[in-house]
Amino acid sequence: MMGLSGRAAIVGAAESDAIGILPGKSTLQLVAEASLNAAEDAGLSIRDIDAVFTAGWRPTEVAEYLGIAPRFFDGTQVGGSSYVIHVGHAAAAIANGLCEVALIVHGESGRSRIGMFPEGGGPQLPAGQFEAPYGLPGAVGSYAMACSRHMHEFGTTREQLAEIAVATRKWAAMNPKAFSRDPLTIEEVVSAPLICWPFGKLDCCLVTDAAGAVIVTSLERARDCRMRPIRVLGFGEGLDHQIISAMPSYVHGPGRISGPPAFAMAGVTAADIDVAQIYDSFTYTVLLTLEDLGFCRKGEGGAFVAGQRTAPGGAFPLNTSGGGLSYTHPGMFGIFTIIEAVRQLRHEYADQGPRQVADAAIGLIHGTGGRLSATGTAILGRD
Amino acid sequence: MAQDKPLPVPDPVTQPYWDGLNAGELRIQRCRSCEKAVFYPRALCPHCGSRDLGWITCSGRGTLHAFTIAHRGTPAAFKGSTPYVVAMVELEEGARVMTNLIDVDPTPEAVKIGMAVEVVFEKASDAITLAKFRPR
Repeated sequence: MMGLSGRAAIVGAAESDAIGILPGKSTLQLVAEASLNAAEDAGLSIRDIDAVFTAGWRPTEVAEYLGIAPRFFDGTQVGGSSYVIHVGHAAAAIANGLCEVALIVHGESGRSRIGMFPEGGGPQLPAGQFEAPYGLPGAVGSYAMACSRHMHEFGTTREQLAEIAVATRKWAAMNPKAFSRDPLTIEEVVSAPLICWPFGKLDCCLVTDAAGAVIVTSLERARDCRMRPIRVLGFGEGLDHQIISAMPSYVHGPGRISGPPAFAMAGVTAADIDVAQIYDSFTYTVLLTLEDLGFCRKGEGGAFVAGQRTAPGGAFPLNTSGGGLSYTHPGMFGIFTIIEAVRQLRHEYADQGPRQVADAAIGLIHGTGGRLSATGTAILGRD
Repeated sequence: MAQDKPLPVPDPVTQPYWDGLNAGELRIQRCRSCEKAVFYPRALCPHCGSRDLGWITCSGRGTLHAFTIAHRGTPAAFKGSTPYVVAMVELEEGARVMTNLIDVDPTPEAVKIGMAVEVVFEKASDAITLAKFRPR
């Protein structure tokens, strides 16, 4: 395992030309823009890419559109965490010489629904037989139900969950690309219209049009690229179910599986993380992940995020882009955790005051996909 | 025009569960090897890997394990039914099943995790009966 740590690095990271509400752009067009922008960020050509990692779209569809015939590809699709998982898969493939320049990309016309890839199951699948007849409202109903159990077992409150939404909004206020930038209060979050109790509208991620991409290459080649390499120090993945009714415990997510190998490979502990990007599909996703990764003890997530601990200037800088709650969320967000981590570790915001986490050297990215189903954790380090 | 609510299509492994509901019984699998309850119905025990599964008839009693109250974001066919409670019930036999909690005020004040519930058989079509639950 130690043989994989730090041998690959992220050298390019970018969004599509614009993000937000883009009714004039197709999903594959967004994918192409982000891919080109990430390659340019790295100082590479899209023709240099020899590996494609994607989810939602199949690798065949993305590679065909981009005009690439990759020698390595991976279409692991476990929801919004897939792209964080791809970082580990790409790093392993690169370290073993199976490819050299890997593109990880995801785009979705999530809001405008232009040229979307097909989704959905059927009435004979497990979800179709054992969940759909009861009107389960997809992701939001699933995460809300899990959250109800945490509130019951540990006394977690809606106000504590709201701390996350409010702190994340403060980061978004400093990001010109963020969709929602107006100040927010805890009272506004808990009194927002209910979607699925215990979640109000502001406990839930945005729905936008956006794409993001990153380029991963060998450390050796990375040092010849345009930007400072951000090394992949450790990674892990975990899953223990797909549909929410099959989740073994609503208060233990797969982060408990994906986190330990990532920290071990990187040779760091939770205390060493300078800045974290944790997929915030819903406020509860963050709270559960903080516990599962060991930033606090099980059941203490509510107390951990209290007092705006994760806001700018707080002790635990978290989701510094504004996250899926306030920056962007086209349907699957994991790719954007990687982009923001890279920017923080490059110190790209060094001239933007509190937006830059001072001296950030080690970052954590964590994706949660499906119905709290599958997670990827990776530790990144400034070269 | 109101959309019809989605109905399950049984498969060969799950058919006995749906047949049971049509007969007014809540039947689930139990592993003969590790003796744990199994739900949803499968071709192997997800707890121990055994192929040796049998069917049992449940008491229909259980407790509320978790729930959400759907107000918005529902599938289209359920828009006219809000607010309603989607719940996980832990059966006396040990399995947890998704259901709707009915005959209850759909508010967090009235719906309490741990409350005792019992099955109600609700005919949804000629072929399908759903297992819903109410407070007992």
